[in-house]
Amino acid sequence: MASTAPPSPLRTVTAYELKLAWPLGAFFLLFFLAPLVLLFFVSLYTNTEMTNFGPTQYAKFLFDPFSLKVLGSTLWLGVEVTALCLLLGFPLAYVYLRVPGWAQGVLILIVLLPLLTSVVVRTFAWIVILGRQGIVNTVLLDLGLIDSPLRLLYTEGGVVVALAQVQMPLMVLPLITALTRIDPNLSDASAALGAGYWRTFFKVTLPLTLPGVIAGCLLTYAAALSAFITQTLVGGGQMLFMPMYLYQQASTLNNWPFAAAISFIFLVAVLAVITIFNMLGKISQGYVNV
Amino acid sequence: MRFGRRNDLDTVTFHGVMVLLAAVCVVILIAPTLIVLIVSFTNGFSLKFPPPGYSLRWYAALIDAWQLHFAALNSLKIALWTTGLSIVLGVAAALGIAHSKTLTAKVLDSLFMSPLVLPALAFGLSALMLFSVVGLPVSPLTLVIGHTIVCVPYVIRTSVAALAQLDPVLLESSASLGASRLYSFRRITLPLIRPGIMAGGFIAFMSSFDNVPVSLFLRDARTDMLPIRMWQDLEGKLDVTIAAVSGVLIVFTIAMMILMERVAGLSRRLR
Repeated sequence: MASTAPPSPLRTVTAYELKLAWPLGAFFLLFFLAPLVLLFFVSLYTNTEMTNFGPTQYAKFLFDPFSLKVLGSTLWLGVEVTALCLLLGFPLAYVYLRVPGWAQGVLILIVLLPLLTSVVVRTFAWIVILGRQGIVNTVLLDLGLIDSPLRLLYTEGGVVVALAQVQMPLMVLPLITALTRIDPNLSDASAALGAGYWRTFFKVTLPLTLPGVIAGCLLTYAAALSAFITQTLVGGGQMLFMPMYLYQQASTLNNWPFAAAISFIFLVAVLAVITIFNMLGKISQGYVNV
Repeated sequence: MRFGRRNDLDTVTFHGVMVLLAAVCVVILIAPTLIVLIVSFTNGFSLKFPPPGYSLRWYAALIDAWQLHFAALNSLKIALWTTGLSIVLGVAAALGIAHSKTLTAKVLDSLFMSPLVLPALAFGLSALMLFSVVGLPVSPLTLVIGHTIVCVPYVIRTSVAALAQLDPVLLESSASLGASRLYSFRRITLPLIRPGIMAGGFIAFMSSFDNVPVSLFLRDARTDMLPIRMWQDLEGKLDVTIAAVSGVLIVFTIAMMILMERVAGLSRRLR
């Protein structure tokens, strides 16, 4: 589709005009961009009555150790979840491409099921598993490994595992796509040249799937940060992350300017991470397409 | 599984580690669903696993749970309206940006996809602020608008992917045989991209039905939504009725998923 060529009569029948995107563009302008601009505007009020302007809400957040800790633990939670998803998701995607067709069908449904099942249902399942009378404690007690039930619910480890399950499909699907695109001759060539499986994996397979890895990490990380339901139900009241912090300020305390400032700082943090991921993605794309 | 030719330590450790980690991943993916299904048939009053005995009592209890019925009906209505609006706006936008290489198309594409990665709770709060500034009280309408913003990206993604696979030669032949643009769209483009639209519409429906962060700010008591009702029930007490609701939702999801896999090749369109 050379854009420099004069528009041929055929071009006009095979392409649809960009103006078809305008209705949705207008919809987004009104109900997505305008609210975000308004959010920034509200965050600039200094008081809950919203009469005076000033950057005090941002100062309040950025000089408050408690708020900074909430932001820090949210960003760190995303790192932990993403790392666990990558560690378990990559082998699953790798195995997926090496099993017969019927097994691929079953595996893909297993991967898709959590993506489509209600988040509340999935989180509820982890409460059943990790609870005092849950399966983990029952098995450990029966085996005599512990004397009294462990506290697994309301721990950071519990939140990370539950979130990893909830977000796993977002990691596995791009990885499967990336692995499918690799020329199988490359690993054969690597083997023929004497490299073992581990060496081939780290020197050939992994570098070639980097764009997929980065795409998967981006989606998983962004979703883990905003996973309100899983964070609150499995994390309980002791652990506070950005989404709940925002919700408390907005709904329970009715402090809209501060809630808006939290939202805005949260948005900027997520955007910064996305930008970094996108830059890494561009670099890795160039590396793969050499 | 295709094992390598050389049966040395390298081969064994590599395949061992890969298969072990993949197996752990599969267990983590399916165990929660299976365990909820089993617990929902308990005859006891707690979420103990394994259950002391089995019965259908919690499913029977659902028949009288009018609050859950009300919330489920609301969620269903909103999800259907959201899916309809997302398909109309999303498919049109996909047609507009799919074959365009202009900067405007790229910017619009990024804009339409951004609700997927930005914190939905922040968007929910900002939408509530907008509606209260313009004096629009929360209602099913505000819910549908909010849900459409976060659900339309799925429709666009699958529709753009389906359009990318559409052979332009088909449209050229259709035009050279005298078909009008609308006729070609109706008889060529639409039938060929329909599976993509269906897959995207299905995901949009499920994610609207399941939405919490946007609904949290844009609903009130009259528009109670199922996932929020369930979440609030779970925060108060660990109710076994929720296990039965979950059982119903899981069976519904699996049935819909298999149906969509058959008619629209769902799994191919999500990658």
